[in-house]
Amino acid sequence: MNVARLLRAALLAAGAEVSGLALTGTAAWLLMRAAERPPLAALTVAIVAVRVFALARGGLRYAERLAGHEVVLRYLGALRARVYAALVPRRVAEHSGADLVTRLVSDVDAVQDAVLRLALPAAVAGSVGLALAAVTAFVSVPAATVLVAGLFVAGGLLPWLAARVTATSQALTSPARQELAERTVELVTGRHELVAYGAEPQAVAAAGTVIQGIAARARSVSARLSALTAAGAFIQLATTAAVALLAGSSLPVTAALTLVVLALFEIVLPLTAAAQRAPELRTSLGRVRELLATTPPETPEHTGPGHLKLENVTVHHPGRQPALQGIDLDLPPGTRLGVLGPSGAGKTTLLHVLLGLTAPTSGQATVDGQPIQGPSPRVVSGALADAHVFATTVRENLLVAAPGATDEDLRAACAVTDLDVAWDRDATTLSGGQRQRLVLTRAVLAAPPVLVLDEPVEGLDETHGDEVLARVLANAKGTVVLVTHRPEHLGSFDRVLSLEDGRPAPAPSVAGPAPGSR
Amino acid sequence: MPSLPGLRRYLILLGILGALTAGVVLLQAEGLATLLTGRGLGVTLLAAVGARVLLTLGQGVVTGRFAADAQAGLRRRLLGSTADAGVVTTQVTKGVDATTAYLTGYLPALVASVLVPVAVVVRLVTTDLTSALIVVATLPLIPVFAALVGARAKARTERQWALLTRLGGHFLDAVRGLPTLKLFGRARAQAQHVRAMADAHADATLGTLRVAFLSSLVLELVATLSIALIAVPIGFRLLEGSLTAHTAMLVLVLAPEAYLPLRAAGAKFHAAAEGLTALRKALATPRPARRGGTVTRPAGPPEIELAGVSVRYGEVAALSEVDLVIGRGDHVAVTGPSGSGKSTLLAVLLGFVTPTSGRVLVDGVDLRSLDHPAWLRDTAWLPQRPTLFSGTVAENIALGSGADVPAAAHAAALDDVVAELPEGYATRIGELGAGLSAGQRQRVGLARALARTEAGLVLLDEPTARLDRRTEQAVLDGTRQLLPGRTALFVAHHPALTAMATRAVPLVGGRIPMGVR
Repeated sequence: MNVARLLRAALLAAGAEVSGLALTGTAAWLLMRAAERPPLAALTVAIVAVRVFALARGGLRYAERLAGHEVVLRYLGALRARVYAALVPRRVAEHSGADLVTRLVSDVDAVQDAVLRLALPAAVAGSVGLALAAVTAFVSVPAATVLVAGLFVAGGLLPWLAARVTATSQALTSPARQELAERTVELVTGRHELVAYGAEPQAVAAAGTVIQGIAARARSVSARLSALTAAGAFIQLATTAAVALLAGSSLPVTAALTLVVLALFEIVLPLTAAAQRAPELRTSLGRVRELLATTPPETPEHTGPGHLKLENVTVHHPGRQPALQGIDLDLPPGTRLGVLGPSGAGKTTLLHVLLGLTAPTSGQATVDGQPIQGPSPRVVSGALADAHVFATTVRENLLVAAPGATDEDLRAACAVTDLDVAWDRDATTLSGGQRQRLVLTRAVLAAPPVLVLDEPVEGLDETHGDEVLARVLANAKGTVVLVTHRPEHLGSFDRVLSLEDGRPAPAPSVAGPAPGSR
Repeated sequence: MPSLPGLRRYLILLGILGALTAGVVLLQAEGLATLLTGRGLGVTLLAAVGARVLLTLGQGVVTGRFAADAQAGLRRRLLGSTADAGVVTTQVTKGVDATTAYLTGYLPALVASVLVPVAVVVRLVTTDLTSALIVVATLPLIPVFAALVGARAKARTERQWALLTRLGGHFLDAVRGLPTLKLFGRARAQAQHVRAMADAHADATLGTLRVAFLSSLVLELVATLSIALIAVPIGFRLLEGSLTAHTAMLVLVLAPEAYLPLRAAGAKFHAAAEGLTALRKALATPRPARRGGTVTRPAGPPEIELAGVSVRYGEVAALSEVDLVIGRGDHVAVTGPSGSGKSTLLAVLLGFVTPTSGRVLVDGVDLRSLDHPAWLRDTAWLPQRPTLFSGTVAENIALGSGADVPAAAHAAALDDVVAELPEGYATRIGELGAGLSAGQRQRVGLARALARTEAGLVLLDEPTARLDRRTEQAVLDGTRQLLPGRTALFVAHHPALTAMATRAVPLVGGRIPMGVR
């Protein structure tokens, strides 16, 4: 964050508040002094001052608010990009979708409120309050002491209590809010299935219970916070009265001081309301900081012929069966490897290791003799079974694979995969088979030295799918790794790896019985 | 004003609280004037302090309760939304939260901004007419400026909200697509896009604020200059001796109170406008229409006839003039290239899609007049991509019914998978099926269908897609168990599956070719 600009905003804010207090004080002094009927000359300075302070307050306030928002909002844009960039090297499975949205939108936005609603007002109220206490000490030390005590309670103790009340409730509510977000996603995504299975009322009722819990907590919290706000109002009036009685100065000075103290609390009291957000903001900022602090290092992107080699590779996710165990593979450029095996046998994990999306728990995975440290899109890419189709046009979705592709390139690739949909169509409206071909078209466009395909024609009817796959394979120049459950696809392949429970199983002959029938 | 349940009662309560607040403001000014003129603490001031504390407490409780109840209602309502899941999730959490500013901040301030100035002006008229006239002359400037500038701020805020919602959807989309982006080395490029969206967001917000803050600048200047305008002439009158110090102090304390509520309401307007937009959006959520009629049919396999059924999604025709008779106990396989309308056909039979023209007759009764829940109870449906719901594996199979989970899992060849899970059927599976492979997810969906042992109609959408040969065999066996004695329609590419059908119907471009019935 730009500290100089932030400081400027803080000074402008303090100036605005001091102008406001000075306006009140000068006006009160002016009237009480006038009541003593001095010569007019004794009042001229005050008369001018009242008008100047009136103008200064509005102007300074406007400047301060714009300056504060500008510095924070500019910082936010950069922070959002940093948070996203920190997510890039991570496995997506670490978070579910709804969780991520909460994180990215709320946690990052929390910075704005933390500065503008909390840090800045607290700093301004604190410094202006202490300055006034120092001025008061010149008039009366007891009055200044009472003022400091009042400020401590209204500006310190009450906000602290408010923060505690919300912190306790937040700890209790945040799992419920998370659950609500997840249930909402499920209700919206799976509504037809829930309706068809008569489970929608239960699912809605379950979400309703969560909502009810959130509401009950909100009611009890608001009651407690109201008590704190009421206490603040009492402190304001009690301190004001005490200062008036203890000041022991001339009537005009006492009147001025009293009204200024009353007005000062109008700046201090909102801190109690603002502090309610402190725990939530602290949690959010903590999460953002943690996310940014633990960013895995950038991995250098590899370029080369793409000679992939696995030596005794094992992938073991904690708490689960090993996904891959003791896999040895040597794929010199140009090799065509078919991978067969039942679902859950580790085929996708194997592809993820080759693609650099998953690191082996033990063993060596290398490309051209270098350890695979991350994705090398210029060497290995293709079509994964869970490929994402973005909520944009078909064209934009295709350009993900090859940003520089011309219309001619797109046409050629679509011809290979038989993707005959309008390019400006919203890709989320495609049918299952069209989606599949879109994903496959990306692989064709990317045309990497090592092409990885995970059940690429699943969801197309068999004849059509076989034709499309044959064209894609004919089009591929280098190494191909194809995961399929149809051994018929592997007729022209050099090698077949059959996986079962993460281990290589005896390879069936290509024309032989299906794997697993053994 | 949005049509929020209980809003009338809430406004009446706020009116009572506002009137009491106005009374306390007058009382407190009276007491302060006494204190400031050196006559010490009076009963008036003590009473005012007590009343103020109680009122603050009361108002907090009333507004807090109303907001909590109203927000629970909004959230319940949003659960029925048919919009994109990412958008609805943002709405149900952050969107509803945003209404707090409107309900507990702006509305009470709005009510107070009407009642308090009126009370103050009335009091001033009886105290010092000149000051009262200054207040009356300047006070209307505040709502006038607020309305002028506020209208512009509101339009901008609505645009910002749309942008924020889009940003939420964009994040979800970009993050869900991260593996794909990484695969093609585009994840970093997307980060720049995220930055661009955030910057656009900052620009839009700053634009709004420049206008919104301008309004508060004007409001503040009107208020502070009015105080200066009131104080200086009073000073001269005090010099002349035509006014008492007590009256002067009363006016000085009271006059700002006339402007304060209006400025408070103005200051809360910006945050409230966003909340109000969120509130309107939530209230505009269409409640899912209750489908179907009241006719129930006896249990057992139905006979289904489609007569000239067409379905159009806007410009796109998904089904065109489909005529098809599925006899009682018939097993019809629908084949055809992807995108030819097969899934739409299933959606029509399920009653989720109403034909644009034509009719679906079930045992001679129009599907639209059938009791929809009862019709669905009679149906076992396996969608193309079954959704997994957060809960245990057993809960996901039973989906609230008292089905025999192990039997269904066994028939769907899921029991081997479950046996390897850390807690078996009690293993929790996460949102949108994280933790299970595509094939396993498919088998959970199949187990759901198989658990519906009482269903007379079976609808399957490519049950063996994404399965390896061994699982496929198991699923085929399971499907075979599902069919006897039932009417069935299944979308299939697999020869073994089409072999189970009593006949196969091709669907090409949303039509059944001539000669096939």
